[in-house]
Amino acid sequence: MSDDKRDLPPEDTPAVAKPAETSADEAAETPSVAKATPDAARPDDPDKVPGWQAILRGLGPRGLGLKIGAPVLALLISLVITMIVLRISGADPVSSIQSMVDYGTTSNSIVDILNRATRYYLSAIAVAIGFRMALFNIGVDGQYRLAALLAASLGGAITLPAPFGQMLVIVAAMVIGGAWASIAGLLKVTRGVSEVISTIMLNAIATGIIAYLLNTDRLAADRPGSNSVATPDIPSSGQVGPLNGFLSNIGIDLPGRLYGLLPVAVLIGIVFWVVINRTRFGFDLKISGLSPTAAQASGVSAKRMVVITMVLSGVVAGLIGMPELLGASYNYSLNFPAGLGFTGITVALLGRNHPVGIALAAILFAFLDQSSDILQEVQVPKEIVGVMQGVVVLTVVIVYELVRRWEIRIQQKSVASELAAGHTVAGEAAK
Amino acid sequence: MPDQVPAVRLTSITKRFPGVVANRDIDLEIQRGEVHALCGENGAGKSTLMKILYGMQRPDEGTIEIDGEKVSFRTPADAIARGIGMVHQHFKLADNLTVLENVILGAEPRKAGRIDFGSAREKIRAMAEQYGMRLDPDTLVEELGVGDRQRVEIIKVLYRGAKVLILDEPTAVLVPQEVDELFGNLRELRAEGLTVLFISHKLDEVLSVADSISVIRRGTTVATRLNPREVTSRRLAELMVGSELPTPELRESTVTEDVELAVKDLVVLTSEGRPVVDGVTLDIRRGEIVGLAGVEGNGQSELIETIMGIRTADSGTIGFAGEDVTGWTTRRRREAGIAYIPEDRHRHGLVLEGSLWENRILGHQTEKPNSRGPWIDRRGARRDTTRIVQEYDVRTPGIEVPIGALSGGNQQKLIVGREMSGEPKVLIAAHPTRGIDVGAQAAIWEHLRRARAAGLAVLLISADLEELIGMSDTLHVILRGRLVAEVDPANVTPEELGSAMTGATVEDAS
Repeated sequence: MSDDKRDLPPEDTPAVAKPAETSADEAAETPSVAKATPDAARPDDPDKVPGWQAILRGLGPRGLGLKIGAPVLALLISLVITMIVLRISGADPVSSIQSMVDYGTTSNSIVDILNRATRYYLSAIAVAIGFRMALFNIGVDGQYRLAALLAASLGGAITLPAPFGQMLVIVAAMVIGGAWASIAGLLKVTRGVSEVISTIMLNAIATGIIAYLLNTDRLAADRPGSNSVATPDIPSSGQVGPLNGFLSNIGIDLPGRLYGLLPVAVLIGIVFWVVINRTRFGFDLKISGLSPTAAQASGVSAKRMVVITMVLSGVVAGLIGMPELLGASYNYSLNFPAGLGFTGITVALLGRNHPVGIALAAILFAFLDQSSDILQEVQVPKEIVGVMQGVVVLTVVIVYELVRRWEIRIQQKSVASELAAGHTVAGEAAK
Repeated sequence: MPDQVPAVRLTSITKRFPGVVANRDIDLEIQRGEVHALCGENGAGKSTLMKILYGMQRPDEGTIEIDGEKVSFRTPADAIARGIGMVHQHFKLADNLTVLENVILGAEPRKAGRIDFGSAREKIRAMAEQYGMRLDPDTLVEELGVGDRQRVEIIKVLYRGAKVLILDEPTAVLVPQEVDELFGNLRELRAEGLTVLFISHKLDEVLSVADSISVIRRGTTVATRLNPREVTSRRLAELMVGSELPTPELRESTVTEDVELAVKDLVVLTSEGRPVVDGVTLDIRRGEIVGLAGVEGNGQSELIETIMGIRTADSGTIGFAGEDVTGWTTRRRREAGIAYIPEDRHRHGLVLEGSLWENRILGHQTEKPNSRGPWIDRRGARRDTTRIVQEYDVRTPGIEVPIGALSGGNQQKLIVGREMSGEPKVLIAAHPTRGIDVGAQAAIWEHLRRARAAGLAVLLISADLEELIGMSDTLHVILRGRLVAEVDPANVTPEELGSAMTGATVEDAS
């Protein structure tokens, strides 16, 4: 290999370096034939990925210090902004936040927060699967509600011995969620319909179907003396008990009922991480999100990936309602938690599409929701929590993007300077 | 007009980037009313210099004088205010606005608080006429061709009162007739007293249009104010490269009788039904390099994308090792041993955010050493990436850095190394040495020669005619989607090949 280091890293422009007609003295008469492709002939731009795409795909800083430092910084900034907002609204910021923390860390609250966070977590993972390949599954909401309703009525209609009843309901919910989501995927690959539009419309359709089915003439049971319309209860052999018993065995005593299916959420997070980072499928998914053109040239079938990803997202969406259905409500009623699909989008953004980040984001959101109850007691409107959540998401997203760009610039400079100093892999090996 | 104060004078301009000097002691003098060409290899520092002159970057040392007056630009707006305008290689136009709207965008004339379209339209008409450009202010930009869009960009700059025009590789996107038209426009501008700074590395163009030529190499000016009538293109090339160029050549023939890749009557249509590849029949044998010469945009891209299965053939067949693979997916073709060096490495060859070893996996996700069953073999991929980095001299501090942080030439070396791994049977190579420094270029040619001797069948596409002629066993010319001529690479000169590519008949083609 040549030892003559001729590269100028910061502005290497890749086109044919040599003139095409070096041997020609009468070159002026020669037609212009050597056409360098302009697109490839530009210097590499560090901000190649537009900010909004980087945000949605969860691109962020790569260094561990920055990965932790950036969100901490963002949270501090949003805390300051929140306190200013509280101040403006006439409340005492320090005492309001103090009372939120006090209330949010009582053991009763912790159980509620964990339950809430479980739902947010599953929802955000469902959204993140799509985000990872730049697919916007806005339809998680309709997918989980439809799946919960149909799975609930199936579970209420059939009595099976212990593990099979629960498994039947869960599998049914996953199948229904996936099937509902697949409609959007198939529309996209066969008809070119944007999944954003189709999933929003499918949400509306799901709402309509649920309203139609949740009627005593159809799936709902007669409940004399109750205003609520609900599916028949799932028999006790098909329910999942709370996790409290297991926890007290290992010395943690919590009041209330902690969802028995909380470990499923943890498991889904682990599977998500392993699939994305360790499998060929995950690799294809990631590169499809980062560069659809490069993915296609590398042999990934874009259409197949769209459908599979959409279905997987829907399958996980189907799970969102399960902890509540099997562990607390045992039926699908008008009071079943709604809107989780939209919270999931926010939580996935906040968690940077990373399973651990999403877990922290889900807990933070659940904490804010839970502790909003106490604000009224200190004469602060509870809606201020919505403002806090918005501020957190915006600051995290903005700070992450700024840090990411800054890191890319730093990295390019350090690569350039390391090269200038002669530190190359090839060079090290030669020594 | 030699006694005049120069329109632009740069003195001892130096610009450092961390670890490297992009411009070093550059002196440049441009007279008013001339077309001045700035030549240099890619990466020589031309763009940095122009960014400094246009206010996009500030020099660390040195001075800029405009009309004899020392200036310091903080932003392009400062440069525009001093009458310096830049026409970028990539047009910055809004397709769904008219020419008029694009030109005045950001510099709208106002009358009574409203945009005064009438006077702007008159002004643009007058300018177009003055400089001999055909341009209707009320056409939508999306309806214009590339040459017209470029004229819109030029008018846009002139509208803002530019007296010095910087054109950054303006001919890269044009077909030959448009180039002639552009040069006509440039002469008109010169006749009207404007100054044009023309950046290019195409020597024939430089010699035909410039009044004066400066050459920049490795960040510094090696020759200034050469007279195009007194300098040959060979001399210019030597100045640009600074040394003897390595010559691409093949030694003894290794061509065998076994056809590895057989393209038969291949037709590819655009979405409007116009053929872009029109009945191409092509055989590539084991140990043979088949070159494909053609002006960009004559169906080469579509042909190779169809061979790779990225596009589908509308009729005709593709045979590989005796099997009909026309219906195979891209992945199946790659797994069977068709390797691919794409034309546009950023769009098709790499994931810029990914690390080097992740990019080693790209395109070979299902193959050893990158994966085992459904799992990615991170260790195997990393080990093999290190091997490629060493064998192909990829200059990188490590294999964990994102590939976007490397220079284009080093990115290309990784792609070439990756595609030559795993003993491919056929290699589709589009511009394999584009953007690579001269030493590495020779090394890649050597890798190609060795693989060819071992039986690799190669389809080579290149804009570098010397590379094509030197590295091909068989050379076809593609024009408007058809193979119009087969020339003997042993006897053809770049000029003959060039005229064949533009459609002129080649008398003694073989």
